[in-house]
Amino acid sequence: MTGIDGLAARLRAGIGTQRVLTDRQELRTYECDGLAHYKVIPALVALPVTAAQVAAVVRACAATGTPFVARGSGTGLSGGALPHADGVLIVTSRLREIVEVRPEDERAVVQPGVINLDVTKAATPHGYYYAPDPSSQQICSIGGNVAENSGGAHCLKYGFTTNHVTGLEVVTPDGERVRLGGTAPDTPGYDLLGVFVGSEGTLGVATEVTVRLTRLPETVRTLLAAFGSTDQAGAATSAIIAAGVVPAAIEMMDALAIEAAEAAVHCGYPAGAGAVLIVELDGPAAEVDAQFDEVSALCTAHGAFETRVAADDAERALIWRGRKSAFAAVGRISPDYIVQDGVIPRTALPEVLRRIGEVADGHGVRVANVFHAGDGNLHPLVLFDAEVPGQAERAETVSAAILDLCIEHGGSITGEHGVGIDKAKYMPRMFTDADLDTMQLLRCAFDPDGLANPGKVFPTPRLCGEQPGRRQGTHPLQSSGVAEIF
Amino acid sequence: MAALDELTTPAGDDDVVGGVPARLVAAPRDTAEAAALVTAARGLSVVIRGGGTKLDWGPPPRDLDLIIDTRRLTGVVEHAAGDLITVVRAGTPMAELHRLPGQQLALDAPPAATAGGTVAANASGPRRLRYGTARDLLIGITVVRPDGTVTKAGGKVVKNVAGYDLGKLYTGAFGTLGLITACVFRLHPVPAASAFVRAAAPPGHAARVLAGQFAASALEVNAEPGAEPELAVLLEGTPAGVRERAAAVAAVLDGEVSAEPPEWWDVLPWAPDGLGVKLTGALSQVPALVATAVGAGATVRGSAGTGVLYAGFPAAGTPPGSSPSSASPSSAPPSSASPSSASPSGASPSSGVASSRAPLSASGVVEAGRAVELLRAAAIRAGGHAVVLTAPAGVRDTLDMWGPVPGLELMRRVKDRFDPEHRFAPGRFVGGI
Ligand SMILES: Cc1cc2nc3c(=O)[nH]c(=O)nc-3n(C[C@H](O)[C@H](O)[C@@H](O)COP(=O)(O)OP(=O)(O)OC[C@H]3O[C@@H](n4cnc5c(N)ncnc54)[C@H](O)[C@@H]3O)c2cc1C
Ligand SMILES: Cc1cc2nc3c(=O)[nH]c(=O)nc-3n(C[C@H](O)[C@H](O)[C@H](O)COP(=O)(O)OP(=O)(O)OC[C@H]3O[C@@H](n4cnc5c(N)ncnc54)[C@H](O)[C@@H]3O)c2cc1C
Repeated sequence: MTGIDGLAARLRAGIGTQRVLTDRQELRTYECDGLAHYKVIPALVALPVTAAQVAAVVRACAATGTPFVARGSGTGLSGGALPHADGVLIVTSRLREIVEVRPEDERAVVQPGVINLDVTKAATPHGYYYAPDPSSQQICSIGGNVAENSGGAHCLKYGFTTNHVTGLEVVTPDGERVRLGGTAPDTPGYDLLGVFVGSEGTLGVATEVTVRLTRLPETVRTLLAAFGSTDQAGAATSAIIAAGVVPAAIEMMDALAIEAAEAAVHCGYPAGAGAVLIVELDGPAAEVDAQFDEVSALCTAHGAFETRVAADDAERALIWRGRKSAFAAVGRISPDYIVQDGVIPRTALPEVLRRIGEVADGHGVRVANVFHAGDGNLHPLVLFDAEVPGQAERAETVSAAILDLCIEHGGSITGEHGVGIDKAKYMPRMFTDADLDTMQLLRCAFDPDGLANPGKVFPTPRLCGEQPGRRQGTHPLQSSGVAEIF
Repeated sequence: MAALDELTTPAGDDDVVGGVPARLVAAPRDTAEAAALVTAARGLSVVIRGGGTKLDWGPPPRDLDLIIDTRRLTGVVEHAAGDLITVVRAGTPMAELHRLPGQQLALDAPPAATAGGTVAANASGPRRLRYGTARDLLIGITVVRPDGTVTKAGGKVVKNVAGYDLGKLYTGAFGTLGLITACVFRLHPVPAASAFVRAAAPPGHAARVLAGQFAASALEVNAEPGAEPELAVLLEGTPAGVRERAAAVAAVLDGEVSAEPPEWWDVLPWAPDGLGVKLTGALSQVPALVATAVGAGATVRGSAGTGVLYAGFPAAGTPPGSSPSSASPSSAPPSSASPSSASPSGASPSSGVASSRAPLSASGVVEAGRAVELLRAAAIRAGGHAVVLTAPAGVRDTLDMWGPVPGLELMRRVKDRFDPEHRFAPGRFVGGI
């Protein structure tokens, strides 16, 4: 027995027959993540139930030179968990234990497959919650959050996953179990925890995560403000920040996004709005009340023709419903769409939104904008109909042009969805060869054989030990079939 | 390419790091010149000097040919107020970043410390409870690698997940992976109002503040042998909000509201020739850590709200570990380093405890070693670490300053990739890296 059959036999013996899938029908379940137009059927799926089993699987991969890809809930939007055709997909869905909740230490310890929202649910009875709140929080896993350094609507005030993870146990690509960070902050040595977060599964598999719990705020107040245009809403956003207010969230939707949300969930936003802002403030009541009045006044001063204040949790949920459903809602007004994720400096918002409109018009493509305005993280939804010849290509062109706009304005090609397979080719637009080579130094320290999630994040993987310089011809990893360039 | 002798000058009497004299010194003017220098310095061992405020802390370098001084790499390149970010050269003094118009880099560090040194040390102070440390506030970085390659990571926007977050790797690396030449930081608005609450209260009462709805910016403890422990809380926000919360905290702690911090605020509890240890632990273990350290004769200060404490032993003579009262000289009033303004950022964490003692005796060496062992055991029990930041010359060589570190093997592999010849700050970092 050789190749994948040998590996399958070895894994069945190691972690149990029913935890190793090789049946093509079963494997198909895992052929894509949230970016469903990339599909690859893995050679084998492993469903370990303990960290030791994860390590055993990775050791077997290392011993046989087999690539492996970690997968949490598969909600990623950049193809990060796209399987490798000749590799093992390590799925963490059986690692779902909340190991400890310690409000007295403001920490929880969880396995990587635990669903984001379940951490908050476990902490809430103690008066705490887990702050990073991606819109997918009802299904995405903490391990996936760690790998993507996920954010959420409230990261404007509270920061991203990286600011809320203090410790990890990881299985390195050679199959060792290593602790990075811990319960206490400032672990001496290099901040390998800090670089593992956001490494998209290319440095190993996280098998246990220690997260910081945040005290539930005393008060939350939410405001919906309707403006004639995105320019006005953008100016109001800048004014709020300039006033020294740091809201928990400032979200914006433009007319097309509002139209989609209305069609889908009837959120009842003010009619005729060219843009709405959702501003949420939280914290001690005395602070929030004073700042809330200021925010309302600033919105009005910048042209808001209607403002609504949520009187209770139900009304708050209604305001958020439109925003949270926006991605899916776009499906109501367009058969297909691309979710883009780029970042610009907040002050460039009006300019970049105008330019996006121009680019879209120029290509006869519609773009709906719904995004985290407070931190300039755009999520343009580029609408198209794959059935109409040429539309998909035009949508791709517009989507790429949007990233160029972000880079041109000193921003980033991704604010939270990650690079994955989808944006690897854009990395050289943001980073020099030297910058990418430096990232490879870290990669090679963890994964000299390039087995962990190969082909993701980096456009042209080099073999570790290869000298930097001009790269010519086919890369050895490519010709040996270890990595494909998509 | 410029030759080494054009870019360097012979070292002077002050160009010494941890007792090891350098041969050459250089102060490049920009990133390009720094890259040329590092390229020309192939084969030389290098230590980077920022403000030099803490250069002697930590183990001495194994070898030292060249000191690269960042004193000419100064200036705020960009302050984009609307975007709450700033781009600064690495040698820029922190004093400049504490008072940008209407905004601040919310990192407590001595005014004379540099941005690069603060990042290289992942420094922090009381306000880390609200704002985090250098690792949380750094969003972009330019580094000259030991082979002379200029490389950037991160960018100029706060939200950015493109590629590895290498800024985290350089933060707290103490110059062992390369020379930082520029940093991009996230800024915060200067709060409209702030107030302190001071109370004579046991460290355990810190939990009451954390459990309340006070959104404190800092929660500090001060404890020393033979004196009543104190807590101090910083509240920031709107004038009305601060007033209300300060009154509520004062009620919970049975303390007093004050416009000024206590004199020990953000002042490290040891003299220049004393023994200083950083202690970390889980929040619930802070009272136990404080008790152990005070029992060993230390003055302990730090963030009870985040579990990061600093323990200082009296400079010399009196062996730590003897009866608490014998160590009372450590409670001497702070020197001129005490904060003079109401702004906590103006406070200096440099040594504030006066020292008038002779160098440590042989028994002092033994006692210092025992004290460190005791604290390290306590910190590990508490889920944290004990790192010796500084120690008197005589004891320095006898102490394991960093202590055990998880993931050391991976760290060595990282060092090998970035600095294969181990030329940058050799021997100064964990595990002899
Ligand atoms: C071992 C050690 C531990 C410390 N721990 C803490 C702590 O836990 N909390 C805290 O608040 N403060 C800590 N400090 C103090 C911290 O160094 C100062 O607060 C910092 O701001 C000093 O800045 P400086 O410009 O004076 O740097 P210096 O004292 O000149 O240098 C400090 C360190 O940073 C390196 N360095 C300086 N500039 C650069 C650069 N541009 N690129 C790369 N490396 C550079 C130096 O080689 C040296 O290792 C620590 C210092 C040391 C040495
Ligand atoms: C409707 C919708 C809304 C979304 N909203 C947001 C949002 O608001 N903010 C945001 O940031 N993202 C958002 N996302 C993207 C996605 O949910 C996040 O990236 C999430 O963190 C992915 O988690 P997952 O468990 O689904 O990971 P997967 O998709 O399974 O994997 C993602 C990446 O993580 C790696 N990985 C997974 N588990 C591990 C592990 N244990 N160790 C190492 N690597 C691992 C994989 O290899 C892959 O590279 C959204 C997605 C959808 C579908």
